[in-house]
Amino acid sequence: MSWFSFFGALEIGLIFSLVALGVFISFRLLRFPDLTVDGSFPLGGAVGAVCIASGMDPFLATLLATIAGAIAGVITALLNVYLRIMDLLASILMMIALYSINLRVMGRPNIPLIMEPTVFTVLQPEWLADYIGRPLIMIAVVLLAKLALDAYFATQQGLAIRATGSNPRMARAQGVNTGAMIILGMAISNGLVGLAGALFAQTQGGADISMGIGTIVIGLAAVIVGESILPSRRIFMLTLAVVLGAVVYRFFIAAALNSDFIGLQAQDLNLVTAVLVTIALVIPLFKQRLARRRSL
Amino acid sequence: MLKASDLKITFNPGTPIETRALQGLSLEIPTGQFVTVIGTNGAGKSTFLNAVSGDLPIDSGSIMIDDADVTRLPVWKRATRVARVFQDPMAGTCEDLTIEENMALAQCRGTSRGLGWAVKSNQRDFYREQLARLGLGLENRLSDRIGLLSGGQRQAVSLLMAALQPSRILLLDEHTAALDPRTADFVLELTRRIVTEKQLTTMMVTHSMRQALDVGDRTVMLHQGQVVLDVSGEQRKGMKIPDLLEMFETVRGEKISDDALLLS
Repeated sequence: MSWFSFFGALEIGLIFSLVALGVFISFRLLRFPDLTVDGSFPLGGAVGAVCIASGMDPFLATLLATIAGAIAGVITALLNVYLRIMDLLASILMMIALYSINLRVMGRPNIPLIMEPTVFTVLQPEWLADYIGRPLIMIAVVLLAKLALDAYFATQQGLAIRATGSNPRMARAQGVNTGAMIILGMAISNGLVGLAGALFAQTQGGADISMGIGTIVIGLAAVIVGESILPSRRIFMLTLAVVLGAVVYRFFIAAALNSDFIGLQAQDLNLVTAVLVTIALVIPLFKQRLARRRSL
Repeated sequence: MLKASDLKITFNPGTPIETRALQGLSLEIPTGQFVTVIGTNGAGKSTFLNAVSGDLPIDSGSIMIDDADVTRLPVWKRATRVARVFQDPMAGTCEDLTIEENMALAQCRGTSRGLGWAVKSNQRDFYREQLARLGLGLENRLSDRIGLLSGGQRQAVSLLMAALQPSRILLLDEHTAALDPRTADFVLELTRRIVTEKQLTTMMVTHSMRQALDVGDRTVMLHQGQVVLDVSGEQRKGMKIPDLLEMFETVRGEKISDDALLLS
């Protein structure tokens, strides 16, 4: 693997680690199977790209994209909490609705960002190459997001969100408004995903209507891979694991893309990725068996 | 003070499995009283308790706590006034959270939850002190996940949690039923201690007649969704299980045939 593809994988992995953090909040903390992600990721990209293309400050555009993602999450949660639509179904409804909304936002299937200033071009010093500068900026962004989440989930409100996912009946008995906590948690989750979408559009040269396809799969795979390489119950370690999982997953894809030397071709990408992820998932099992054999 | 008036709840109305769980139940518990509620299976004990906590909506009637009408309030809004310990030790605590986080969650009951740290260091000392009183060695395990504790330990912590914030009424839902006899006695003793110390208005649902007469200062028996017996004061002192059974037969003209109730 060349340095170029190494930094490329790192950059995209870090962007998707924001998605993974969002998915971790919905699936793991709230236990809300949320597919909205497939729509809120391109929504973030669309809002970000449209705003930047119209000459808006890229930071403000990215903030608006984050808010747009959060609103999508809120609507999914409202469908579930107030209209009593099953969680998975509510998120599927929102996901398909967002496809049309994203087309409306963009006005066409894609919006290129080639010469426009992005948060990366603004932050990056002249002397540093793009492909190194962007992942470095992403490391800072992800670290900030991770630490902010760690802190938040140690506050009274954060604890109430975790209790809502873990034992809603007990949470209510302790005076937690569980419906409000689901809405809040889903806003944070999809806000992160919207942010990731906006950053993705800014690194990949534009937003595209199909950029959201499979986002939830990547996010979930990242969460599961992360949990399997770094098993823990503490929020600090869990968020770290999720971030690592997203980066590792991206390296799997990069490895798969670079596996032509053993006769594999581009169309084998998904198969190779699946095999590599499977290996990452069964490693803990083998570790256990090995440990058991040693102790005998 | 709790005042439940003419509560009615019917499950599956208009179907062959229609169950009239509460049929005009009225009960008043003055401030500071410890009432035990007993009854056969299906007498409406748990339904009544869940109606008071807000878990079950009632068809008609009203529930007052002090001067507030809570009949239409959801569970989380009633929590400012109502504290609760569940029957299932797993239900009353949050498995994924640590002991101190569970206690912090309970200490915020009925207050608004902001962005302050959930567990501050001075609180940690307070929790340690509270846990030390249990004599279970839990004071050294504040940051252990509560899921690692046994059922009895979790139930004991649940009781402490229920008393961290003041409440107008404490609801105990057969909270010793899922424990082995020794642990059950320990938790019951703890209950007595906490209720006396904090002078809590308490309603304890139990399946054991012995327990119902041993603790508290008043015993209420439910039957077919209504209060059929209500003993307290001099009458209750020295009362044995056969006396209670006899009273029931005189009032209802029928015998109790629930083995679990008689044997436990």
